[in-house]
Amino acid sequence: MTFFNVEKIRKEFPILGQEVRSGVPLVYLDSTATAQKPAVVIDAMDNYYRTTNANIHRGVHYLAEKATSEYEAARLKIANFINANKPREIIYTRNTTESINLVAQSWGRSFLKQGDLIILTEMEHHSNLVPWHMLAQEKDLRLEFIPVTEDGELDQVVYDRLLDEGPKLVAFSHMSNVLGTINPAQEIVRKAKLAGAVTLIDGAQSVPHFDVSVKELGVDFLAFSAHKMVGPTGIGVLWGREELLNAMPPFLGGGDMIKKVLLRSFIPNELPYKFEAGTPAIAEAIGFGAAIDFLNSVGMDNIATHEHALVQSALIKLKTIPSLQVLGENAVNRGGVVSFTLAGIHPHDVAQILDQYGIAIRAGHHCAMPLHDKYGIPASSRASFYLYNTEAEVDHLVETLHKVTEMFA
Amino acid sequence: MDDLYREVIIEHYKNPSYRGSLDPHDISFEDENPLCGDHIRVDLRIDANGIVTEAAFDGHGCAISQASADLLLESIIGKSVDQVKQLKKGDVMDLLGIELGPVRLKCALLPLKILKAGVYGLGEATDDLVEAE
Repeated sequence: MTFFNVEKIRKEFPILGQEVRSGVPLVYLDSTATAQKPAVVIDAMDNYYRTTNANIHRGVHYLAEKATSEYEAARLKIANFINANKPREIIYTRNTTESINLVAQSWGRSFLKQGDLIILTEMEHHSNLVPWHMLAQEKDLRLEFIPVTEDGELDQVVYDRLLDEGPKLVAFSHMSNVLGTINPAQEIVRKAKLAGAVTLIDGAQSVPHFDVSVKELGVDFLAFSAHKMVGPTGIGVLWGREELLNAMPPFLGGGDMIKKVLLRSFIPNELPYKFEAGTPAIAEAIGFGAAIDFLNSVGMDNIATHEHALVQSALIKLKTIPSLQVLGENAVNRGGVVSFTLAGIHPHDVAQILDQYGIAIRAGHHCAMPLHDKYGIPASSRASFYLYNTEAEVDHLVETLHKVTEMFA
Repeated sequence: MDDLYREVIIEHYKNPSYRGSLDPHDISFEDENPLCGDHIRVDLRIDANGIVTEAAFDGHGCAISQASADLLLESIIGKSVDQVKQLKKGDVMDLLGIELGPVRLKCALLPLKILKAGVYGLGEATDDLVEAE
């Protein structure tokens, strides 16, 4: 393990040095919503607009060549980062949500038919629910859900039973954005494949936080967003197995996704351009590439180890607050997320009071309403950790939560 | 902070005077804030002269939305339905006596939206019921 110096890492993130009010430094514990950006990412995008800006793939002039090569270099970095076979399997999208919609609208619409079964889970974020609701309504598909146990894990017994019903697709979150549970993705995929199903992993919370290899997972599709992994907003990725992507029809029509256009018809372009209609987020792709370089320089294993230590420490220290209940407290394998409720205090009030002490957390249903229904609560408070968070910030959180409970006592 | 969570707000949140339900009632309406799931139902009794004689609310939500509901209902007892229809954002802000950012403003104004949708007999509580001063 290389030396992990959190104070040195923090200095790379300009936003973290500020005070949110006079004398109140920012404590950012909302990276699950979106991560902060290091200067190298901001500079890469700034530099692109100052020195390189041009539209890609068509121009032959100096700037167009340079922009195209930087845009494509980022794709290669992303492919290597998730251990993909080929850069052409990396489709740029706007975000995880769009990636999943692409699979639903292109693959799902073409290859699923009335009565087909899709298996999802009760811990899904809305972005891995609603695209399937929409498709299921249109094509009269069946949706079944792997339940979440009291410990915050997926019920493998029910999953096995559902697999007997011959699902066409199993789509699930690698890591829950509410519970922090890291699901046994390799095992879930292995079983799904035995049952003959195509598999999709929502990697929005996993790819930013630990080493994810599509080869090891054996999965068919992986969706994730740059902005949760110290990159810019507005760009995400759908990785798909080449043969599946080749068999799928285009998603959006327009420029760049065509090989040839006639007045009444078109021939789609090759991968990955077939799925990248219109001028893409060029600066963002380049910023994404810089984010990958940054994460690689720190080391994904170091990041995972650091977050694991923070969340374990937080779980122990939060136990000093008797009225605090952690959601899915006993999940064996968990990432740097802790969602909790405080008896008699609404999460919005918790978040608002913490904000007065400079602490940014999230309150609400975190775009996972069904999961909150499952626990019988309308909302929860969520603190999440990333490579730039410190033990002192965990302590500050716990001390301030004590103050919150005293205020409402 | 302690400005935001003034004693009066914590007090109305923890010990509301108007929490409950009225059965029978003349007007009842419920709705929620889709962003946070705060849910409120307001029941009213109105006499022959169009005066609010009794009011109650129930539901769940943060201290701001619940205290706002309690303070709002307290303020409309004895008022005419026409007066209730005239209530705006500023009236709620005066009752709460705090400054709120755009997100929490939605919490504070939810009870008024629901109250007004109820007295107007509308099917849903929309922002334009409370936005204009």
